[in-house]
Amino acid sequence: MRAASAPRSAKDVRILVVDGTSGEMRVVPSTELAKLFEPGDLLVVNDAATLPASLTGRTARGDEVELRLVVQAGDRRWTVALLGNGNWRTRTEDRAPPPPVAVGDRFFLDEGLVARTIGLCPESPRLVEIELGLGDRGDTPLAELWAALYRAGRPVQYAHMAEPLALWDVQNVYAARPWAMEMPSAGRVLRTETLLELRRRGVEIARVTHAAGLSSIGDVALDSLLPLPERYEVTEETWEAIARTRKRGGRVVAIGTSVTRALEGGARQGLRAGVTALRIRRGMRRAIVDAVLTGVHDVDTSHHTLLGAFVSDEVLERTLSSAEAEGLLGHEMGDACLVWGEPRDKLSVRRGPPVTDEPEPTPSSRLAPGVRREARALV
Amino acid sequence: MNIRNEAVLVTGASRGLGRELARSFARRGARVVLVARGAEELERAAREIRAEGGEAHALAFDVGEKEAVHRIAGAAAALVGPPSIVIHNASTLGPVPMPLLLDTECEDLERVLAVNLVGPFRLTKVLAGPMVLRKRGLFLFVSSDAALSAYARWGSYGVSKAAQDHLARSFAAELDPVRFFAVDPGEMDTKMHADAIPDADRASLARPVDVAERLVAIVARSGALPNGARLAAADFEPLGVHGGSGAAA
Repeated sequence: MRAASAPRSAKDVRILVVDGTSGEMRVVPSTELAKLFEPGDLLVVNDAATLPASLTGRTARGDEVELRLVVQAGDRRWTVALLGNGNWRTRTEDRAPPPPVAVGDRFFLDEGLVARTIGLCPESPRLVEIELGLGDRGDTPLAELWAALYRAGRPVQYAHMAEPLALWDVQNVYAARPWAMEMPSAGRVLRTETLLELRRRGVEIARVTHAAGLSSIGDVALDSLLPLPERYEVTEETWEAIARTRKRGGRVVAIGTSVTRALEGGARQGLRAGVTALRIRRGMRRAIVDAVLTGVHDVDTSHHTLLGAFVSDEVLERTLSSAEAEGLLGHEMGDACLVWGEPRDKLSVRRGPPVTDEPEPTPSSRLAPGVRREARALV
Repeated sequence: MNIRNEAVLVTGASRGLGRELARSFARRGARVVLVARGAEELERAAREIRAEGGEAHALAFDVGEKEAVHRIAGAAAALVGPPSIVIHNASTLGPVPMPLLLDTECEDLERVLAVNLVGPFRLTKVLAGPMVLRKRGLFLFVSSDAALSAYARWGSYGVSKAAQDHLARSFAAELDPVRFFAVDPGEMDTKMHADAIPDADRASLARPVDVAERLVAIVARSGALPNGARLAAADFEPLGVHGGSGAAA
């Protein structure tokens, strides 16, 4: 599928609407989005703001290196993925491998930021845990550290774009908490106009925060693990809105795969905030989400795999061929599809025991570093 | 609006009214982010608040620059959570002594508009969305008498403030229940006032600390005020030392 070479303007996005039960499909302009929902439905958005998660710098020996933030492990600690020489115009899989790294090694980044390696991850030599500081100071005030991180960092770039993306290009209108390593881009289509129109129609809007992770690191072994475990928070208000929606016979619509992951992961863990390693795929029982709005993604992506939990293989195949036939643009910044799932098993979610149909993979401590414990304390 | 534990962002917070506003909010238990261009002066202001037991973080950015806006919003949210109270206080007079409008360089007018009008627009554009989602939040745009009356030599500043007042009203017309107010602080004994009118009788000017207390009272009582209103600080009594409801004068 053709990828968007520039972010598709929200009002120009086209939406492929797929009915998983009847198999019907049609394309509507995003300006008609609000009309796709009925009074009593609930839209859940991910209010994570997108971090400037790409930091460039050098090793002590002078080798060029890019650090991509993967997981925030503490106030100054992050798990990062290392990319070698090369810039955003090169596809991640064609980038040079990063230099070998040992605990104690330092990376010298822009704005005086120094990243000290404090741990290695068993998953891959490209994944390391770092502590950020300014110069040699270990106790940089957090405000100075965040200001430097925001000055030095750039949003993660995509090689298929004609121009580099700025932070302005990768924020949803309601973006609030800087948790996302890449944009939860399904929300791009929701302009203020849309939110107000939805509310006027009697459609509720609720939020989760989900630390949407990297889409590609460029290492076959590592990319096969994506999506990595991700931090989420679903507020009590949102669980209540879901219960209300169920009661009145409304439908729950996830704006993006990250929202699907947070809601289904949260329901399985019975937690308001935690880390989910849940991989949503074909045949998985959905506990919460009736429909998902997402970008149009190719077969070999986790976004595509996730749709297998909503519709049959046959419908999924036709979804892609319709998208191709309609000339929809793929990848993160292109067009969208709204997929209404086949009827969901009626599962009790609220204050019930966690849904335990799917064993979750156990991430290493570097990828889920006590976040379950700390999530409440972080922003 | 309760102020305790709210995330408050104040621009132009390194001195004058902004600095006192940050202190007043912090004293009432708010988690405050101070924004201004000059890092040293700003950090001093934040340190002073922390020494009093308040929570204050200094972010040295220029609100007149487009690139700075997401940096401010993101760093602020990381430090104190998404701001629910935003005080657009940063502003510039342009060159001083203030020239007649006809002698004002085009670039100088553009810079005044960038800081006093486009800056608050951009910051609101980024910070109001989360408030629309949450159905709560408040913006205070610090205005001036010069927004209403035309005074010789106050042209570019007055134009920027008149437009800023209307910006607040327009946002209010669109985004209620998120709340937007413009407030005229009155003449204060600040560096900006001295730059504009060097020979003013300082004894006749209000102290920024007193005006800040009145503005905090406006925020606390904002539920009773019509959204989009243009207010005068002088019409509001400060809250009591331990909170209180702060009735209008």
